[in-house]
Amino acid sequence: MNPLVVSITLFVLALLIGVEVIGKVPATLHTPLMSGANSIHGIVIVGVVIVAAQANSPLAYVFVFLAAVLGTMNVVGGYVVTDRMLEMFKSSKPAKSADTADTHEEAGK
Amino acid sequence: MNAIDTVAWFVYLLSAVMFVIGLHFMNSPKTARRGNQISAVGMVIAVIMAFVHLVATGFRSNIAIILLLLGIAIGAVAGVVSAKKVKMTDMPQLVSIFNTVGGGAAALVALNDILTPAKAPGLVVLITAGLGVVIGSVTFTGSLVAAGKLQGVKFLRKLTLPGKGMLNVLFIVLTIASFVMLCVQPGQRLLWAVLTTVFALVYGLVFVIPIGGADMPVVISVLNACTGTAVAMSGLAIDNVALIVAGALVGAAGVTLSILMAQAMNRPLHSVLAGGFGGAANASAATDGPEGTMKETTADDVAVQLVYAQKVIFVPGFGLAQAQAQRELADLGELLKEHGVEVSYAIHPVAGRMPGHMNVLLAEANVPYDELVDLDDINPQFPSANVALVVGANDVTNPAARRPGTPVSGMPILDVDQAQHVVVMKRGRGRGYAGIENELYFEDNTQMLFGDAKAGLQAVIAAVKELLA
Repeated sequence: MNPLVVSITLFVLALLIGVEVIGKVPATLHTPLMSGANSIHGIVIVGVVIVAAQANSPLAYVFVFLAAVLGTMNVVGGYVVTDRMLEMFKSSKPAKSADTADTHEEAGK
Repeated sequence: MNAIDTVAWFVYLLSAVMFVIGLHFMNSPKTARRGNQISAVGMVIAVIMAFVHLVATGFRSNIAIILLLLGIAIGAVAGVVSAKKVKMTDMPQLVSIFNTVGGGAAALVALNDILTPAKAPGLVVLITAGLGVVIGSVTFTGSLVAAGKLQGVKFLRKLTLPGKGMLNVLFIVLTIASFVMLCVQPGQRLLWAVLTTVFALVYGLVFVIPIGGADMPVVISVLNACTGTAVAMSGLAIDNVALIVAGALVGAAGVTLSILMAQAMNRPLHSVLAGGFGGAANASAATDGPEGTMKETTADDVAVQLVYAQKVIFVPGFGLAQAQAQRELADLGELLKEHGVEVSYAIHPVAGRMPGHMNVLLAEANVPYDELVDLDDINPQFPSANVALVVGANDVTNPAARRPGTPVSGMPILDVDQAQHVVVMKRGRGRGYAGIENELYFEDNTQMLFGDAKAGLQAVIAAVKELLA
């Protein structure tokens, strides 16, 4: 089968999964969600690496260099800042101590 | 497909699966951090695979690889530094900047696919890569302007464009025309690709410049969806499963969030994107003001009400973040809880500068997320609350939204007026974003405490401490 047909099928199915998964995220987390989704489109860096393999002209060098800077900033910064936000979300219930108690128990066994 | 390509395909598929699982874990604050980490690991795996593939199948020029590594190093440092340094109140700008660079990278990858091969690429690549160039370029300039507006850059605030939307139409037509020419005249691909890029870049500017600062969150979300789509298009052009799936996921996320946000603001998405609040709304508001007078109160009086209450609901809004008073509000909450008062925070879906922004700001001030209550869950609780303390929120508390015929009609609001006593902390007597008076302020059970939110809360905290001492 034509690879493009397969690719478009993938694209459409992934869209549907996206709508389904995102719809379940509570409003509390919409900012980290947006920032997290933002870092996922940093996957373009994989495209940059693939393109770099074929590059052998000055024009292509410029494209590769600029795209690498921009794409990496997107992906690295995006994940770091999302983690920074999510780290701050804490429950009022002492979930932390329950966690440590669990690990102690497991260590005991 | 040879062996290495097959392996690569499955590894990229694994990454895509990890992105989906990561997003799935975002459905609860308990698992969200792990979700983001799973997604990050998926990303690392995909990048490593890309390099393994590069080494295994060979590359054509050492210079390209050196530039690639150098670019990655520079980008990584820039990303980490900006992510570590940013203030939580400036988060929307940073998301927009990351969106800018992502869109730019996607456009560059697509542009490279069109321009650098020795002979003209086939129609499929021209269409998919061409779309990648168009969408990526629009996102690049559009997100840059959005970030500038959120940052409050003066030049952008004053800037108005002539032609009332005609420029929009003009540049859409020019962009599409050059894109079509690119597809039908691949021989002239340098000319048409450059024109397409330039027109799309300009379109990004004229698209976002007329849109008001308060609508920027929706714009960012829409542009986020665009970047995702641009990445997916680049993925179709170079036939890479990771780019296709990840791009589609982000596209879906952006669209879903934009629609949710527009609903919460009670405006159809297209009207937000068309720019500007209608002048008609302001005109009708001038003639149709509520009757009665506002009653002013003092910090001491507010403290007495709070201390003797059983149940208090805080209603934080954009003004709280502007005054940087999140920590003071959290301190007041903590103080009242120690005294045995039940405290919760009512969070409107569009409180802050992007959806969920208020939650992040309060999380930073150490407010536990389970005390932050969504609109649907908090509204039934207002009648049983002794005091509702509104800090820097306006339109989202206006009871006029329940009647037809006002600019806020139909907008979901917090039923603050149903609390036994309402205290509104507000900087001045000015109107909210919708340009109308808030009827809440004229209700019998409402008292106003004018002044800076931070200073006001500090005064209330001091008064509460004195009462409890």
